[in-house]
This record gives sequence, structure tokens and C-alpha cells, in this order.
Amino acid sequence: MSGDEAPKPTGFIASIVAPVKSVFEEIGILADLAFRAVFWGVRPPYRVPLVVAQLEFVGVQSVFLVGLVGLFTGMVFAVQTVYGFRRFGAENMVGGVVALTLSREMAPVLTAIMVAARAGSGMAAELGNMRSSEQIDALETMAVNPVQYLVVPRILAGLVMVPVLALIFFLVGVGGSWAIGVWGLSLDPGIFADRIKTMIVPSDIRQGLIKALVFGFTVTLISCRHGYFASGGAVGVGQATTRAVVWSVVAVFLLDYLITSMLTEV
Amino acid sequence: MLDATDAHVVVEGLVKIYGDRTILHGVDMTIGRAETLVVIGGSGAGKSTLVRHLIALERPTRGRIVIDGTDISSLNDVQLAKARRRFGMVFQKYALFDSMTVFDNVAFPLREQTKLSEKDIREKAMIKLKELGVDHAATLTPAQISGGMAKRVGIARALVMEPELLIYDEPTSGLDPVTSRTVDALIEEMRERFGVTSVVITHDMVSAFDIADRIAMLIKGRIVAQGSPAEVLAVDHTDVQAFIRSSGVDVKRFENRGNRKTAAELAEKARARKADRAG
Repeated sequence: MSGDEAPKPTGFIASIVAPVKSVFEEIGILADLAFRAVFWGVRPPYRVPLVVAQLEFVGVQSVFLVGLVGLFTGMVFAVQTVYGFRRFGAENMVGGVVALTLSREMAPVLTAIMVAARAGSGMAAELGNMRSSEQIDALETMAVNPVQYLVVPRILAGLVMVPVLALIFFLVGVGGSWAIGVWGLSLDPGIFADRIKTMIVPSDIRQGLIKALVFGFTVTLISCRHGYFASGGAVGVGQATTRAVVWSVVAVFLLDYLITSMLTEV
Repeated sequence: MLDATDAHVVVEGLVKIYGDRTILHGVDMTIGRAETLVVIGGSGAGKSTLVRHLIALERPTRGRIVIDGTDISSLNDVQLAKARRRFGMVFQKYALFDSMTVFDNVAFPLREQTKLSEKDIREKAMIKLKELGVDHAATLTPAQISGGMAKRVGIARALVMEPELLIYDEPTSGLDPVTSRTVDALIEEMRERFGVTSVVITHDMVSAFDIADRIAMLIKGRIVAQGSPAEVLAVDHTDVQAFIRSSGVDVKRFENRGNRKTAAELAEKARARKADRAG
């Protein structure tokens, strides 16, 4: 029937347009929330106890996990790099190469992913529950701006703590690679340390910290966005939590490429 | 019809559309100062959406909501936050902050909106908790108390600021009949003592006829009947009659409400109180 065929192009176009449109909508929602967070973040009252509580939740409670992941990442990199570099007798470079990889990439990226999995999911679930049980509406009716009360402290905590955690990841990771390289794989400790000193320049650490700062902001913003605008009861909160983690991780990898290409002269 | 000077809340041509669904089709209503307006209607009629507009939790697609002469739908976030200090809302799902104790929940608006000392805050919050019979639960968290108690704590939190306009979203749902009547008495008390204007959404017809100065019936996003309980009872509309009769309420009840003060008498009191505050 000709009537059946007519909608096909529309459906086909719609199937291309709809996802693109939703991506732009999503960016719009995030930009709006980010703008409101800045607007309300600079206005009094400054809710110091809430910020401290979030610093504790995002940062202090993540130290052990981030340290553990950092340790194993450093150890694995040491083993793999020694294995690879031995093929052409360059294992002396291992310390420097591992430190370079950790500082510029692994520390900020893996720290942000761990924070998204641990703290971001918690934020989305908590805010989502607050939305579905009308607690966010209650804040508004009591003349308390919910973005200022709930979102600002979480984003601030991400901005401060992800760089700190990335630094911890880096230090523990280098320690782990040193331990494996020197004690397990018989590398010379002096050369190992010397290569780190000569190969790592301040811009490597700076790039890592800039990434961590951007990731900290992005992960907490995306997590807050999905929790804050959650709908649909328990199922909706579950979906919001999943989306918060998935989109945070995707955003981290996307931004990692963009920042790397902007800050690295090849 | 109310005199314009007595009108506390005026809703004009309120239309709310979500996507392709129209929830409210041009609602017009006026709520007088110190009056209790009860909004009744079946599930999905748009009652909650209507009251969420009154407190600017939703923005109208079209139309205006004028409270005390100010169109609240045109205010920005900062102006709204200021205007909301005069409102209170009792939520259907209690909306207690589960990270705080019962006491901290009730003290929250006082801490946020006033400069009272911690001692005064404690005193005021405990008085409200006591009035609602939940003072023994002050140190517990919302997760540790029953639904009925949580409802009463939610009401205590809304009342503690002694607002001029109080909105109750199903205040008696989930409560036993005795507690429900206590809540009705409390709504009446707020009106009589402080001249509070109240908007109550309810399915509880006993409650509706007990406390209403006026009743508005909402069906599918339209007000189909509005007036005093007697007027609403007399409305010749099949849905209205079906709703009231099927609730099994003793319609004679509202005639025996004793020497209840009129909204006009109480409005005078409310104005004096407002002037006091301003002074």
C-alpha cells in the first residue's frame, strides 16, 4: 500500500535526527546546570559544612580505592614495559616511561573513572531518590535553592578532590612500579629513579592535573544532572545511576583526547 | 465572587502542557485570604499539577498565578526564593530529608530563613512537634518512624514558619481516621489562630466537607464546579454528583460545623498579623 511507504523516509530521517537532537539537548541541559551551579556557587550563603561533607565523600572515602588501583596499575605497567623494552635492551627507560604514562594519562583517567563508579553513582542515586521523594521540591518551597544546596557542594568536591586523588594515584603507581621493577625484575634502583627525574618535566604533571580538574568537574556535573532530573520512581533512579556512570566514563575518554591534543605538541 | 482586595491567590487561564499532553485546560480560580479551598477530583485530574503551580514548582504554559498582587510565574529564581518564604507546603510523600533527624527537619526552615538563636529554634520546633504528637521521635531519622508519624512531621515542618499560604497535598492520605481528624483540626486551627489561607488537595471527602470554605472540583484538567460545600453539592453535573455520592460522606456534616469563623473575619486578623510582621 502506498500509504504505508510514505512515512518511511520520515522514519529513516527521524532515526538519524533523533539521536543527534538528543545529544544537543543533553549538552544544553548540562550547560544550563553548569551555569546555574556557577551562578549559585558564587552567591551567599556559602554552605561550608555541606562542601566539607562532600570533600569527605568524594575524596577521603576514595583514597584507599584510588591508591589500590594506582598501585596495581603501576605494577602492571612495570611488568609490561620491562617485557616490551627488553626486546631492544631499553629496560633502563622503564621508570621514566611508566611515570610519564601515569602522570599524563593513567592517573587522571583512572582516578576519574573510579570517582564516577564510587562517588558519581552515589550522587546520582541520592539525588534521584531525593527527587522522587519530593525532597528537592521541599527544599525549593522552603526558599532554599536546590542547585546551591545539593549540586554546588558536589561539583566543588569533584574539582578539588579528583586532582588530589590523581596525584595520590600517580605517587602510589610510581611506587608500585619501582617495587616491582627493582625488587621483582632486578632493575637498577638508581637508574630507575634517574630516568623518572630526567623524563618527567613539570608540564607532564601539569597536564595530568588539568585533566583531573576537568574530569572532576565533568563527572560530578553529569552525575548530579542524572540524579537531579531523575524521574520514574525506583526504576528511574536505577536508570539515572547507570546513565550517570556510563556517560561520565564516555565523557572522560572524549575529553581526554581533546585535552591531550590541545596540550601536547607532537 | 470574592472582592479583589480579599483575593489572596488568583489563578487566571492556567494551561499546562507536557509534550503533547494537556494537563490543565485553562483553570480560573480565586482563593480569598484566610479561606480554606479544598480541591477534589479523581486521580490524574491535574490536582497536584495545579497546586505545584501555586508554589511555582511548575511554570505555566499559559496563564498567570497572582499571589498578593504579584504574578509569581514571572519571577526569577532569586525573587521566587524571597516570595516562597510566605508559603508552606505539606507534601504527599512527606518529603522529609532522610539525612537529618526529625527535629532537624522541623528546625530546617527556621535555620534557613530566620536569624533566630539555636535556643529559640529548638523551642519553636519542639512546640510544633509536641502539637502534632511526635516530640518523642525528635532524635529519630525519617527512616525510623512510621508513615503516619512522617506525615505529621511534614506538617510540623510546614507549620513551623507560620506561613500566610499553606498548601496541603493529600494531608490525610495514609493516616488512620482518628489522626486524619486531628490533621483536619490542625488545618482549622492554623486558619483560626493565624488567618492562614489554605489550599488542600484531598480524596478524603469527610475532610473536604469538614474544613472547606469552598470546594473546587477538577475533572480532566478543568474546574467543573466551584463554590461553598452547599453550592458544590447542588451542582447539576453527573461526574460531580457521582464523585460526592460514591464517597459515602454524610453531606449534612458541613451544616453542623458550629460557630466557625468566616474567612472575612479571619482575613482581618491575617492582615493585622502581616502588618505586625512588617512593623
